[in-house]
Amino acid sequence: MWARAVWLALRVPLGRRRGFTCQADSQGSGRITADVIEHLERLALVDFGSREAVVRLEKAVAFADRLHAVDTDGVEPMESVLEDRCLYLRSDYIAEGNCAEELLQNSHRVVEEYFVAPPGNISLPQLGEQLPFPTDSSSHSGKGIPHEHVEEQ
Amino acid sequence: MAAPMLRWGCPGTRWALAGIGGGFRHRRGASIGSTPNPTREQSTVAQKPLHTAQKLRKGEHKWAAVVGLEIHAQISSNSKLFSGSQVCFAAPPNSLVSFFDASLPGTLPVLNRRCVEAAVMTGLALNCHINKKSSFDRKHYFYADLPAGYQITQQRLPIAANGSLAYSVCVGKKRGQLVSKRVRIKQIQLEQDSGKSLHDDLRAQTLIDLNRAGVGLLEVVLEPDLSCGEEAAAVVRELQLILQALGTSQANMAEGQLRVDANISVHHPGEPLGIRTEVKNLNSIRFLAKAIDYEIQRQINELETGGKILNETRSFDSKLGCTVPMRDKEGKQDYRFMPEPNLPPLVLYDSTTLPAGVDSQQVINIDQIRDMLPELPSVTREQLVQQYGLLPEHSVTLLNEVGLLEFFQNVIKETRAEPKKVASWVLNTFLGYLKQQNLTVSESPVTPSALAELLDLLERKAISSSVAKQVFQELWRGQGKTAAQIVSEQKLELLQDPAALEQLCLATMEEHPQVVTVVGEGGRGSRPDTFP
Repeated sequence: MWARAVWLALRVPLGRRRGFTCQADSQGSGRITADVIEHLERLALVDFGSREAVVRLEKAVAFADRLHAVDTDGVEPMESVLEDRCLYLRSDYIAEGNCAEELLQNSHRVVEEYFVAPPGNISLPQLGEQLPFPTDSSSHSGKGIPHEHVEEQ
Repeated sequence: MAAPMLRWGCPGTRWALAGIGGGFRHRRGASIGSTPNPTREQSTVAQKPLHTAQKLRKGEHKWAAVVGLEIHAQISSNSKLFSGSQVCFAAPPNSLVSFFDASLPGTLPVLNRRCVEAAVMTGLALNCHINKKSSFDRKHYFYADLPAGYQITQQRLPIAANGSLAYSVCVGKKRGQLVSKRVRIKQIQLEQDSGKSLHDDLRAQTLIDLNRAGVGLLEVVLEPDLSCGEEAAAVVRELQLILQALGTSQANMAEGQLRVDANISVHHPGEPLGIRTEVKNLNSIRFLAKAIDYEIQRQINELETGGKILNETRSFDSKLGCTVPMRDKEGKQDYRFMPEPNLPPLVLYDSTTLPAGVDSQQVINIDQIRDMLPELPSVTREQLVQQYGLLPEHSVTLLNEVGLLEFFQNVIKETRAEPKKVASWVLNTFLGYLKQQNLTVSESPVTPSALAELLDLLERKAISSSVAKQVFQELWRGQGKTAAQIVSEQKLELLQDPAALEQLCLATMEEHPQVVTVVGEGGRGSRPDTFP
């Protein structure tokens, strides 16, 4: 992996600074720890199934790190390629909706015009005890126990 | 009862802590065991003395509480923030959902002009600086009622920032003094609402209704300038009044149009801020105050018994009157904010920067909106004081009670009585009856005209004030009679004819000669109740 990073760094032409400094970076900070992987899996609901996937991620980070070589002093950051476009404002009238039947057809399970989801707060198993993912989208806790309950409605 | 509780730190009562284990859990009441000390009952929640955390106890360190509020107000608009589906409270499930709201691939957000105007109006009313350029971001988290997996919000560059909200609280022992305070507003941002989840614990499933998904919200983030539940309640009430006066939100907490989350921590003044907890699920202003005061007290108790405050989210259980942990936090939630790639920055103009020859529908002029601002509650209250000579506290009450101001103004219109008199009747007698029977102004059996007529009778001195109260009670029964009718039917008029009065007095004196003698001899100190 180290060798490949060097090779990539040398291949692509850069500005003033050469890729050697980046090569040093990728060695030191390029390793992605198990904690970070677990954190990412929880946040993005992806599955780093194998060591190879982690390696690929490390390479991607090293590749992106080469942006540090560009001198951006005094340059305004661009947040969106649409920055010089006009944001269109829509008038406040009702134009859509009333397609419950169509939308509900997309759902695996439906109960009386409601979409059905598994209950919230399913916590991911720890890295050590990997269990197969459930087939329907498991809703991982982003908000915890929501406000509404059936009894209170 | 509060006093002995705070003395737990003293050696003499350390034995009382044996079973608690340093934690303050609301279910630990069972572990009290043999101790007869009633203060241990503090760990169950029924008797919660409502006092601010700043009360000094002898020999105790002073605690200061820091409360920050995050308020979400649903924008009153016809359609949603980024789509054309309708905004409506009660509708068949998933009937007000467009393809974008359901996050079907290939759909894009289109910003609603009315929502932007509402945000600018609210920002101006709250003395904020309106950012001429604001941008939208994505806040990522997974939940079934957030179909896209992210919420479009304005975290980095909100539409308005650095404002303030003036409010007043009653202080002093008699709670008669009104003190004016200000809370700083960190920012106001536009964001999407999520759908509604109904939990069916029986079948281990959640039912999702996306009618609310995508509705425009105004998030008002306040700086942590507050220190107790009462201040928080006053702030939220004032914000509610402002939003309703502006028409930007109906701000009805019971219908979920106004949601408040509180961040609470305690510390000793001069020391760094303590760890804060977040309290959610606050459905009314009353519960908001209760929950905040409870949480402050809980944190103080926890720290004084050597425990630690966890940075967690808690929910308010209104039945038990306490806050309970909502979930185990595995560390701070990482929302992975990123700029929303589908929306260019939102640019606002004022009269000087307005570009020429542009479609007026496509530009928003801040100055134009400022000119259209309606009268704010603070101005209304000031006017009441000026126009009618009312006390500030009275004008606060008139505005705080829904419909009371209108009632008051209607009575004033139809009566010749003095405004102060009207105010006294409306705020004391009328409001007193309402509160006693837990009615709203709209449910009152007494109409403004009826009260106006009664006050006219009183003003003409046709009846005495005690009789007036009697008649009011009769009117409250709502049997359709007017004040004049009741007075004539029950012959409650004050006798005006001097001759008749003299005759009545003479007759009375003749019937009770012994009383006359007593009075004649005693002079001073004759009790009024000796006269029939």
